[in-house]
Amino acid sequence: MRLANVFQLGVKELRGLMRDPVLLILILYSFSLSIYSASNATPDTLNHAAIAIVDEDESPISSRIITAFYPPYFSVPKLITQAEMDSRMDAGLDTFALDIPPNFQRDLLAGKSPTIQLNVDATRMSQAFSGGGYVQSIVSGEIDEYINRYRGETSLPVDLVLRARFNPQLDKGWFMPISNVITAITMLAIVLTGAALIREREHGTIEHLLVMPVTPTEIMVSKIWSMGAVVLVASALSLVIVVQGILSVPIEGSLALFLAGTALQLFATTCMGIFLATVAGSMPQFGLLLMLVLLPLQVLSGALTPRESMPEFIQTLMLAAPNTHFVILAQAILFRGAGLSVVWPQFLALTAIGAVFFYVSLRRFRQFLR
Amino acid sequence: MSVAATRDATAGTVARIEDVGLSYGKTRALDGITLEIPSGCMVGLIGPDGVGKSSLLSLIAGARAMQQGRIEVLGGDIADARHRRLTSPRIAFMPQGLGKNLYPTLSVFENADFFGGLFGQGAQERKARIAALLKSTGLGPFADRPAGKLSGGMKQKLGLCCALIHDPDLLILDEPTTGVDPLSRRQFWELIDKIRDERTGMSVLVSTAYMEEAARFDWLVAMDAGRVLATGTPAELLERTGTSNLDAAFVALLPEEKRRGHTELTIPPRKTGADEQIAIEADHLTMRFGDFTAVSDVSFRIPRGEIFGFLGSNGCGKTTTMKMLTGLLPASEGTARLFGKVVDPNDMAVRRRIGYMSQAFSLYGELSVRQNLELHARLFQMPADAISERVAYMAERFDLTDVMDAMPDALPLGIRQRLSLAVAMVHSPEILILDEPTSGVDPVARDGFWEILADLSRKDNVTIFVSTHFMNEAELCDRISLMHAGKVLVSDTPANIVKFRSAQTLEQAFVEYLEEAIGETSPAAEAGPSQPVTPVAEAAKAEARARRFFDFGRMFAYTRRETLELQRDPIRATLALIGSLVLMFVIGYGINLDVENLSFAVLDRDDTTISRDYTLQIAGSRYFTEKAPITDYEDMDRRMRNGELSLAIEIPPGFGRDVARGRDAQVSAWIDGAMPTRAETVRGYVQGMHATWLSQKARQRYGDVAAAGDYQLEIRYRYNPDVQSLIAIVPAVMPILLLMIPSMLTVLSIVREKELGSIINFYVTPVTRLEFLLGKQIPYIVLAALNVILLTAFAIFVFRVPFTGSFLVFGTAALLYVVVTTSMGLVISTFINSQIAAIFGTALITLVPAVQYSGMIDPVSSLRGFGAVIGNILPTTYFITISRGSFSKALDFADLGAAFLPLLIAVPVLFGLGVALLKKQAT
Repeated sequence: MRLANVFQLGVKELRGLMRDPVLLILILYSFSLSIYSASNATPDTLNHAAIAIVDEDESPISSRIITAFYPPYFSVPKLITQAEMDSRMDAGLDTFALDIPPNFQRDLLAGKSPTIQLNVDATRMSQAFSGGGYVQSIVSGEIDEYINRYRGETSLPVDLVLRARFNPQLDKGWFMPISNVITAITMLAIVLTGAALIREREHGTIEHLLVMPVTPTEIMVSKIWSMGAVVLVASALSLVIVVQGILSVPIEGSLALFLAGTALQLFATTCMGIFLATVAGSMPQFGLLLMLVLLPLQVLSGALTPRESMPEFIQTLMLAAPNTHFVILAQAILFRGAGLSVVWPQFLALTAIGAVFFYVSLRRFRQFLR
Repeated sequence: MSVAATRDATAGTVARIEDVGLSYGKTRALDGITLEIPSGCMVGLIGPDGVGKSSLLSLIAGARAMQQGRIEVLGGDIADARHRRLTSPRIAFMPQGLGKNLYPTLSVFENADFFGGLFGQGAQERKARIAALLKSTGLGPFADRPAGKLSGGMKQKLGLCCALIHDPDLLILDEPTTGVDPLSRRQFWELIDKIRDERTGMSVLVSTAYMEEAARFDWLVAMDAGRVLATGTPAELLERTGTSNLDAAFVALLPEEKRRGHTELTIPPRKTGADEQIAIEADHLTMRFGDFTAVSDVSFRIPRGEIFGFLGSNGCGKTTTMKMLTGLLPASEGTARLFGKVVDPNDMAVRRRIGYMSQAFSLYGELSVRQNLELHARLFQMPADAISERVAYMAERFDLTDVMDAMPDALPLGIRQRLSLAVAMVHSPEILILDEPTSGVDPVARDGFWEILADLSRKDNVTIFVSTHFMNEAELCDRISLMHAGKVLVSDTPANIVKFRSAQTLEQAFVEYLEEAIGETSPAAEAGPSQPVTPVAEAAKAEARARRFFDFGRMFAYTRRETLELQRDPIRATLALIGSLVLMFVIGYGINLDVENLSFAVLDRDDTTISRDYTLQIAGSRYFTEKAPITDYEDMDRRMRNGELSLAIEIPPGFGRDVARGRDAQVSAWIDGAMPTRAETVRGYVQGMHATWLSQKARQRYGDVAAAGDYQLEIRYRYNPDVQSLIAIVPAVMPILLLMIPSMLTVLSIVREKELGSIINFYVTPVTRLEFLLGKQIPYIVLAALNVILLTAFAIFVFRVPFTGSFLVFGTAALLYVVVTTSMGLVISTFINSQIAAIFGTALITLVPAVQYSGMIDPVSSLRGFGAVIGNILPTTYFITISRGSFSKALDFADLGAAFLPLLIAVPVLFGLGVALLKKQAT
């Protein structure tokens, strides 16, 4: 392998990319606008949650509860009768229905421990899950405040001091942009290298290259380094300018260490791009393959939801994917400020996976050239 | 020509063209064409690539919309849709490009069968017609072979079969013989003659770049730069220009500025000596790929400085031989020698002595002319200081100085070809290998190119190895080899080959060699009468069929073909069959909101019964798993940083004592906030458990006093009592998947035809828009219905989501819904033109509104403004209601009936849109 050839061919790839407006816009968008909007557009879990209240008590305390729900978290509560409750929930009109029984206030003050019923439409994904807690605490808050005027101190004075480390406000605007950077790195590495190979094949220039004194290894390595470099630079700029600069998300650990990890991830994913391109052969087929490969890779890697809540066999299976290790190391470095002493196993795993991918795709690439 | 002589050429006019103009963007393809094309004879359009021949033919065929002027075909205005529909069974159009309107994965029979179907022929009729046509074209033995695996000549014969299946009166052939070997070419024309004998009165309109073919046509139209240069019989054209062949006649007809500098091309004879060095030597070369022998026992010796021509059809082994000579492919048997040295595939030094120019003029379109030259110079490892001088020299020699900073794609074909040669020569190779270097270039540029080649050979002593289809180019070579099916038939000087066969022309000699090699005379000649001739009745039937607005036969032709194609495309078939299953699996397991098995550890500085009781409260829940106790703050920091602990709890010294005495005490908890959603859940759990623990302790301590003001808040999670994510997610995700994938596949099926060019079959046949759309949609509806069954079974048996409603209601709704989603695909396909845009565009168009506004996350009732409007229109909204109702809420038709109505309305609306937006002509 001659480094001069690898360099020349890589420069050629970069020039080719410069003249492809679609890919340039894709890179720019993925590393700027997409990340910026991820930080702002992440919806709150509760947004105009539909709530209805059956008020059979019509007491001061029940009206207190009714007025405690207001936008933007909740819609203005609909006052309904008990008979309407079931049909409205069946039709999916309400996510929550609160039923305040008759004589609730009287029983409460008499110490008879009355029951308020909260019906939750549990088919409503996240809204139902986290919303139930909100409704509960709003109702409790109102009742406690009301009741405290009537009774003395009867609880234990034990405080629970909760602190969230690494993101004290639990601001989702910190998490999502970095998750998106991770996602963009994988996607672009695969798309850019795959497209670079397919472009040559469609233009018939790959055959031409082969009669020159260059080897398949040189051709493949040139695509890997050039496209990898583009993504590496773009992700570094994106982290510094968009994430740290515009969004002012603090990055705990060393950016250099993260970029070193990114380089390893790019090594593995660019090889994967070559592999997929040799399987697909044409741009449309490549696009379809991407749909089947990219989504599992990203969703199951732990970038969006925690790995430990996935079934055991998926956790094990996903250890073979570079993304899993990259997500672990990226979260450790960027969020928790971990150093090499903590993340070295991930570096090792990425190197090993990258080496295997490189070997396999080089073999496949040689066959592809025949 | 005997056939032509018997025909009355003045019988009438098949097409009348008046002042026709056509532009593609800024490019003017046709400019003020006025012609009257005589009927009942063979009319040829001649001229090099890019002069407007194809544009004119597609206008006449009705495949392209008129922009300017008027064309009358078969007695009516071709711009009139009604006239097109009625006359299309009388016209057949075979577009340019080998097998361009054929389907490569379909077999010969299936292709022809599809075309028969497009004209509404019944199965019996199609079978009889195809049998006759395949017999007369000699394709009979290959009926089961996929069209993509046919040789160029056979593809064109199949194309002809498909064009003739409906007995047209006007046959339009766009460069039918480009890229086809001479024997197949001759057979092709014999076939046409025979058909014309049988169907007297049929008009044939042909375009060609081969002037020697044009000599046999009845009437010619010479074109250049979108204009007509001259018309007349071949004899008239020769007489008018005073030339002896049509090539020369065409050059003479060109305007003055194009002809300037063109002289009759002559190549001086090569000086030969006894001490000749052999540059290229092939010694019994054989190449096998598996069972297939691509090159068999090929031997030749080429002395230095010779121009050696290689003739043969596409796929006869020319390229493979060239690859073995350059060491790209190691030979299975035999040896290749360059300058007496055995070629070693790993020897990069050999490649430096070779220059190669491929068929496609493989230049980097994204690099400028200068950058292309420099890149190649560097890759051949020329010394850095010599490069700029060499590039300047090459630019001057190949006359490229003016265009050095232009992009190759912006240059005319002739200049690109010179640049390509310059690139191949930049490292001063001793051997030049050229693979069909002049296809599509006009005669003037071609002669100029050969002048350069002659110069290189005679002055610089460069050995030139060139493959070509053009006989007049072959005649310029010092020696030629004829190759067929992997074997070299003969190697000699062109003159000797002609003399040896006592033939009149090189082409004739070549054809005789080919016939000898195949061991048969031309198969076209032996076949008997090909078709049951009942023209009048047939024509009436065909016209009656064309008048029909909807014909099941035509629709099912598309359905059948789409199904076959899908079966043979592994990636698309996988996506169609299990794509949605894969995605549901991923989403079901990946986007899981249940947070369990969170790791936590305790730094217990108190270590009393009460502090251990507090810890047990957490460790006992199913949400948390306890890890080894934390030893100190440093330990805690390390374990939280590497993500081992999601929660750390510190209990202060004296905690037990303080609690027992009712004094203020404080427990500290740290949560890993890196994933905010998970952290929120953890916080909720910890607070809840803390409160429970406190009220337990309070009850122990204060007894019933604590109960005053006590109340219960009973939460009933309806429809999903255990609050499992899967039960909530799966019924909402199914509608999204059944939207995205079926609509994407439908879009792809139509956009593919646009991109690959086979959409032309829809343009020029009587198929109506409704038949086309429905026919293409049916297989995808069936597949989507299959997907519904798969997804439902997967949800119930693998994800264990209980199904409480009615299968009948759900199944009916799902079927209706996939009809809607595939129809959405039809609408989307009308404004998308490339497959890659179809994939990503459809994903975007369907996914974003469906996820945000369909009630999957927030109920439509809580949406505001624009979102609420979209949410109320989207069919997905209603299917999610039905899906959730059927899976989790045990609802029946009585409860869900209201959600069916919008789906029922959507079907005709989307279909109407699709039909209205689809164009029946190229624009």
